[in-house]
Amino acid sequence: MAEGVKPRVKVPKSASAGEAVTIKTLISHQMESGQRKDSDGNVIPRSIINRFTCDFNGQNVIDVVLAPAISTNPYFEFDATVPESGEFTFTWYDDDGSTYTDTQSIEVS
Amino acid sequence: MELTRRQTLIAGIGAAAAMVLPIRAFAQDAPMVGELAEFTGGAEPGTGDITLTAPEIAENGNTVPIEVSAPGAAEIRVYALGNPVPGVAAFTFGPLAASQAASTRIRLATTQEVLAVAKLQDGSFIADRKEVKVTIGGCGG
Repeated sequence: MAEGVKPRVKVPKSASAGEAVTIKTLISHQMESGQRKDSDGNVIPRSIINRFTCDFNGQNVIDVVLAPAISTNPYFEFDATVPESGEFTFTWYDDDGSTYTDTQSIEVS
Repeated sequence: MELTRRQTLIAGIGAAAAMVLPIRAFAQDAPMVGELAEFTGGAEPGTGDITLTAPEIAENGNTVPIEVSAPGAAEIRVYALGNPVPGVAAFTFGPLAASQAASTRIRLATTQEVLAVAKLQDGSFIADRKEVKVTIGGCGG
């Protein structure tokens, strides 16, 4: 498991039904591309987050497949429709098999 | 026949150029064609309602902010044609996506073209491209 991985997500606290809300996500991660070499000339093995998904109450919002060309601390911004109050679930999948999740609830009036 | 110093030099330069040129051209195009063909099934993407927003000049190739938007797209893929690995990201939009748009930050190795290809609901493909000038490359070089 990569060290110091910390997801951060920004979701509005409330919205009206059917409104499009903007979601910003950031996760601190090295995103080692597998192209770099250390001081002895050995290739540093690839270690990235290869997939990110966002769901709202079990329904998918966005599913992103990441390649090594995504910058360190992968950042995503996108819009979601919120039909009712509920919870967003964010999941990041690491190359080493671990997953990181974060949840944020939103109040729909 | 005895080679003079001048002849040897010219032959050497010629050989070096012959080695370098096709390999560079190959490295830029060949994997790209393969990956894109895998996505589009060989179809040539047309033009349409797709927008790729990227800076004209990126000072730091390690984090270049980009935004793709293609209303009605089921999936958008982004390729950096001059990177060692051209594939950058594939966005698939679910039923609750309010707009078929997303922004992220990518790495670019050198000055190059960034390509966004969207697959529409009807299965056709559209593309947009942007040239980005990179001052410092983002591949640890």
